[in-house]
Amino acid sequence: MAAALLRRASTSPSASLLRPLSGRLFSSSSDESVLSIETSVPFTGHKIEPPSRMVDTTPKELLSFFSDMALMRRMEIAADSLYKAKLIRGFCHLYDGQEAVAVGMEAAITKADGIITAYRDHCTFLGRGGNLVQAFSELMGRQAGCSNGKGGSMHFYKKDASFYGGHGIVGAQVPLGCGVAFAQKYNKEGAVTFALYGDGAANQGQLFEALNISALWDLPAILVCENNHYGMGTAEWRAAKSPAYYKRGDYVPGLKVDGMDALAVKQACKFAKEYALANGPIILEMDTYRYHGHSMSDPGSTYRTRDEISGVRQVSQERDPIERVRKLILAHDIAPASELKDIEKEVRKQVDDAIAQAKESPMPDASELFTNVYVKGYGAESFGADRKEIRATLP
Amino acid sequence: MASLQMAALLSAPSTPVPSDRVRLGALRLSASSSSTARNGGALVVRSEAKVSGGGASARGLSLITHAVAEKAAAASSADSKPGHELLLFEALREGLDEEMERDPTVCVMGEDVGHYGGSYKVTKGLATKYGDLRVLDTPIAENSFTGMGIGSAMTGLRPVVEGMNMGFLLLAYNQISNNCGMLHYTSGGQFKIPIVIRGPGGVGRQLGAEHSQRLESYFQSIPGLQMVACSTPYNAKGLMKAAIRSENPVVLFEHVLLYNLKERIPDEEYVLSLEEAEMVRPGEHVTILTYSRMRYHVMQAAKTLVNKGYDPEVIDIRSLKPFDLYTIGNSIKKTHRVLIVEECMRTGGIGASLRSAIIDNFWDYLDAPILCLSSQDVPTPYAGTLENWTVVQPEQIVAAVEQLCK
Repeated sequence: MAAALLRRASTSPSASLLRPLSGRLFSSSSDESVLSIETSVPFTGHKIEPPSRMVDTTPKELLSFFSDMALMRRMEIAADSLYKAKLIRGFCHLYDGQEAVAVGMEAAITKADGIITAYRDHCTFLGRGGNLVQAFSELMGRQAGCSNGKGGSMHFYKKDASFYGGHGIVGAQVPLGCGVAFAQKYNKEGAVTFALYGDGAANQGQLFEALNISALWDLPAILVCENNHYGMGTAEWRAAKSPAYYKRGDYVPGLKVDGMDALAVKQACKFAKEYALANGPIILEMDTYRYHGHSMSDPGSTYRTRDEISGVRQVSQERDPIERVRKLILAHDIAPASELKDIEKEVRKQVDDAIAQAKESPMPDASELFTNVYVKGYGAESFGADRKEIRATLP
Repeated sequence: MASLQMAALLSAPSTPVPSDRVRLGALRLSASSSSTARNGGALVVRSEAKVSGGGASARGLSLITHAVAEKAAAASSADSKPGHELLLFEALREGLDEEMERDPTVCVMGEDVGHYGGSYKVTKGLATKYGDLRVLDTPIAENSFTGMGIGSAMTGLRPVVEGMNMGFLLLAYNQISNNCGMLHYTSGGQFKIPIVIRGPGGVGRQLGAEHSQRLESYFQSIPGLQMVACSTPYNAKGLMKAAIRSENPVVLFEHVLLYNLKERIPDEEYVLSLEEAEMVRPGEHVTILTYSRMRYHVMQAAKTLVNKGYDPEVIDIRSLKPFDLYTIGNSIKKTHRVLIVEECMRTGGIGASLRSAIIDNFWDYLDAPILCLSSQDVPTPYAGTLENWTVVQPEQIVAAVEQLCK
């Protein structure tokens, strides 16, 4: 998806590595020359030496950040409209503002590494390789959805990309994530698992239980607190006696990261992966912000002011992740502003097409009500009173 | 009187088992079963109704009177009869051991299952044999280690999570309900959760209210979960193996008072079906449906009933979710009278669900209302006499059958 965009957007032929950076107006999208860019704020470490502020990236990567985040942003805005049009029902938790976490994390890891998150999972799904049609179909409850329409907004999964969901109960995904990390260690896979949770979930007991066990057993688990400073309507200082979530692991080291800087997220995740494979769990706190309310039923303005939102976004703090990458691209002459605008237009079109395709997908069949409750297999058929004799055979 | 005798015989395993009883080496596998295990050519046994009435009830009766067998008797009879004798907790261990040997993805998680050997010795010796990564001692954190078991099951491991007492698993209820039972459905079939959650529950010997809970009534509505209850060494081993091999999450309910039951089980490998009920004693007059420890109270009552001229058909339902309505239905079509004897509480117990399932499916075959004997809706008291009155006693079963067959 993003690759197709980039191929269209590139204006020059594939670059030679020997081509000098200077004396050329715009890098091509396949340019692999390394740029070293400083993160906006330094990392803060708890019981660990934080990584360097200088992040290595390439123009190709920056452009992919831009287009991926633009796609995610567009998807979430479109979901907002679909919800208001009553095509999406129930709970719909939007991720706009936090895209840098998903995108930066993907840049640092592989599909063998696991990610598990809570209900704000649409963009994480996309990052793991899910496509728009699957996402929109699932949101609208159609057959083409990634969970066949039976999961909904909070239950996106992608097993082949090691994306373990998509969970509705706050905090319950963290022990699951540590279990995935346990399996990775058991099978000696050399991979890690990122268990994402929010600042609201950071006060759950099961988190600390799972952290304790992960630290005891040296599991390659990375707990990532996406701190958007509000647990639904409760600000972090009203919910946590110690809102320094990266320090809450106590004996487990932690790192505080600017979660709206995709490069900082990438650096932190790369660092955390190396650490976790060698030593056991580590906590990352991503300092981020969500523009929408907690969910579509929450206007998001009763517990914070609109000035605060626009302040974070563009006015005073200028932390919007997409704008930041746009500035980087323009500053390093990677692409002209018009190209970026084209990308955004293309992305909008992709999203509209996907929605149209998703709307054509039918609702699940009535028989789907009873499928996948149990797995058909050894000792697993459940019938009514008139079932035939079961004679189970061993595999 | 009989009930107190029963309580004394079915003693909780507080005394250490003599070392020669823990024949882990001999229990491991006889030559024939090890080769069949490797070839995968083991047999599956159905609960046939062909067991002779005398044999089945004799076996049930001898279990009650010889729950603590003498060593001499065991040694002399060992050579003549086929199979080997062991206690129920050893049967569970044997099943677990065979499955761990057969499949390297099977692992055990729980409190004190490893170095300590398990609080009821079900996992004794397994940690030495398989190592700390396959038999894992967890801290006291049921919510998270059950969640971790489920998370690892999502990737394809087959964990066996032990609750030291089933009642402690209430702390993990969210994980068991939402993640264990529902993930296969909400992920559209992508993730399977082949986990086994097991542990002892039920009313013990004056263990107090919080350690005498019957969790089957709380878990029974969770969609996607399977529940089985074992009651003899034979079905304990078979159900343990079936549960581990099942692709679905299975909760295996053991009972604190049944761990020391002794029985002779086959040497060959066998696996039972998770959804089948067991015909304990065929009969003509009344169908008595029961499971777990109440099976023994029913069989004791059956002795009295036979003497009084009744012919009860006793079925150990074994599968608590889903019910084996096939076996149960055939029985009801024959006898037309049903008595359910369970250890759950009256409100919302397994008996309540079974009663309504029978009414839904077999109403036309019933000649009398379904009677359901359950425990009283009270926290289990500590005092021994009061505790006996909370659970169903054989005299009550006899009285209920007499009332049904009037």
